[in-house]
Amino acid sequence: MSAPMRTTTAVTATQASTQPRRPRPEVRSKHELPRGLFAAVQTGFLVLITLIVLAPLVAIFIATFQDGNQIIRNGLSLDIELGELSLDNYVMLFTDSGLYFRWFLNSVVLTAVQVAGTLLVSSFVAYGFAMYDFKGKNFWFITVLLLMTVPFEIMMLPLFVMVNDFGLADSYSVVVFPFLAASVTIFFFRQYFLGIPKELLEAGRVDGVTEFGIFFKIVLPIARPAIAAMAILNGMIIWNNFLWPLLVLRSAEKFTLPIGLNTLLTPHANNYELLIIGSLFSLLPVLVLFILFQRFFVAGMTAGALKG
Amino acid sequence: MAVSQRLESPPSSRTGRRPVKNVLYSQRLAPYFFIAPFVITLLAFWAVPLGRTFVMSTQEVLFGESAFVGMENYERLWRDRIFWQALFNSARYMVLTLLLLIPVPLVLAAIINSKLGSERVKNVFKSSMFVPALTSIVVAGIIFRLMFAETGTGLINQTIGLFGVDPVRWLRNDIGGLTALLTLAMWRYTGVNILYFLAGMQSIPKDYYEAASIDGAGRVQQFFKITLPNLGPTLVYVTTISIYGGLAMFLESFMLYAGNNSPNNQGLTVVGYLYRQGIEENDLGFASAVGVVLLVVIMAINLTYLAFTGTFKKEDSR
Repeated sequence: MSAPMRTTTAVTATQASTQPRRPRPEVRSKHELPRGLFAAVQTGFLVLITLIVLAPLVAIFIATFQDGNQIIRNGLSLDIELGELSLDNYVMLFTDSGLYFRWFLNSVVLTAVQVAGTLLVSSFVAYGFAMYDFKGKNFWFITVLLLMTVPFEIMMLPLFVMVNDFGLADSYSVVVFPFLAASVTIFFFRQYFLGIPKELLEAGRVDGVTEFGIFFKIVLPIARPAIAAMAILNGMIIWNNFLWPLLVLRSAEKFTLPIGLNTLLTPHANNYELLIIGSLFSLLPVLVLFILFQRFFVAGMTAGALKG
Repeated sequence: MAVSQRLESPPSSRTGRRPVKNVLYSQRLAPYFFIAPFVITLLAFWAVPLGRTFVMSTQEVLFGESAFVGMENYERLWRDRIFWQALFNSARYMVLTLLLLIPVPLVLAAIINSKLGSERVKNVFKSSMFVPALTSIVVAGIIFRLMFAETGTGLINQTIGLFGVDPVRWLRNDIGGLTALLTLAMWRYTGVNILYFLAGMQSIPKDYYEAASIDGAGRVQQFFKITLPNLGPTLVYVTTISIYGGLAMFLESFMLYAGNNSPNNQGLTVVGYLYRQGIEENDLGFASAVGVVLLVVIMAINLTYLAFTGTFKKEDSR
């Protein structure tokens, strides 16, 4: 038992080192001193860009303290008129926000289920591609690569027609099932599994573990960094998923947050307060995850770009 | 491979009294079980629906009844002014996002990657610029729709007001709407592309830069002579996904105009037209023809891309 255990730690360590660890701040060399001004200009420029990038979020944050009619009339800005700010919208959100928290809960449950399903199915498929040689492997893998870049918008109509034909609209299973074998996630897991030494599999086989047992009991537990990266990336994408649920979900009690918020954006809206504060609150879970697990975001996002 | 073949037999003969057990231990069959979910997904949710789209594009589909009409939908498409306008809008948006969303993030990434401040400071910049990518298109659309408000009190009109420009009714005219769309795209994707470029830049060996600075190459020279040529695969990747993203753009416009209708169809894209014909008007045959045209364009780009990266790989191995 101890031998495989040691190998396991070794693998985790090598895998962890492939995630770029932040190097220690470099000691400034003599060459850099004359460039102080250049660096200052660059830093100033970055500060300016960062402020511009964050301004829209500050604007919507300010708007959560404003009256809905005022927002429709004036739009969003960075103006703060202290006299007109109030906490009414926050009180409204937590006392009288209609279906908002229903949508929030739907989004939480749907995201959790779909992320878990996607990780399980996609890593399962990826394992097949990474660890075996079989007939047709190249063909199927090229299909994975092709699908990675086909935008969903192309599939929107055919899938929509199919769902209607089978009378499956307005169900969560239709929202989830077409995307469980997600090509980007498959690709990412395959890359990760390729780095796992085959001896580990052989050790399992000698111990009499089934091929599937090897995947579930030996490989998945040491793939934790990959699972984390893909959980975060998929979580963000699924939480924000809009187009497909918009087409499929019909009844207001089943809406997810983006769909529900979108229904509030009508020209004659009388609920802009909820639209604004609800939008900001829908961003919070993703923002918190991002702040906590930034490293995994970066690893997941950039996986595709480095494959070349 | 030889080793694994040899090792395969002992466990299966030991436990293999029942055929089910044999299957579980078979290294020959296992891969097919592993990739089965993908193959099923591909067939059920891609191949079959796509096949139906091709069939439907040659039909007139009304109230569930379909009649074969040959190429009529495609002919109608060819003569359809609104379709060409949508195609023009999509292509224009794609080209402009390429022109904006590659150079700008590239320069920003180069600055972040240069030796300024500590890693922590760099990280603050990188993360802050990525935050917009966390927003859903719904939230981003709501924010930008309200920032591009027509009155002088919206953030954008206020900002141009600082330079003495009168308030613009952004979403009421073509260029104004396009500006809003591009601003939204810049806001959401600059941080993402910075991440891609930074990942690419960090895989360039530091020695290259040291050698260059010993030879007396300045920052700007180093960027053009070392960074850019070594970013090849990353640039190809980002360009390709930007082309898809640009051509398939729909939701940005859908949210900004609070629906699929914009003045004189100025915000209508190919996917928007597909949505209008297929989902709003329920003219499935015609909409399928739109979808097929889009699919053909995208797949052509896709194959070009794969060929491109293939050549890169050959160069690497040499």
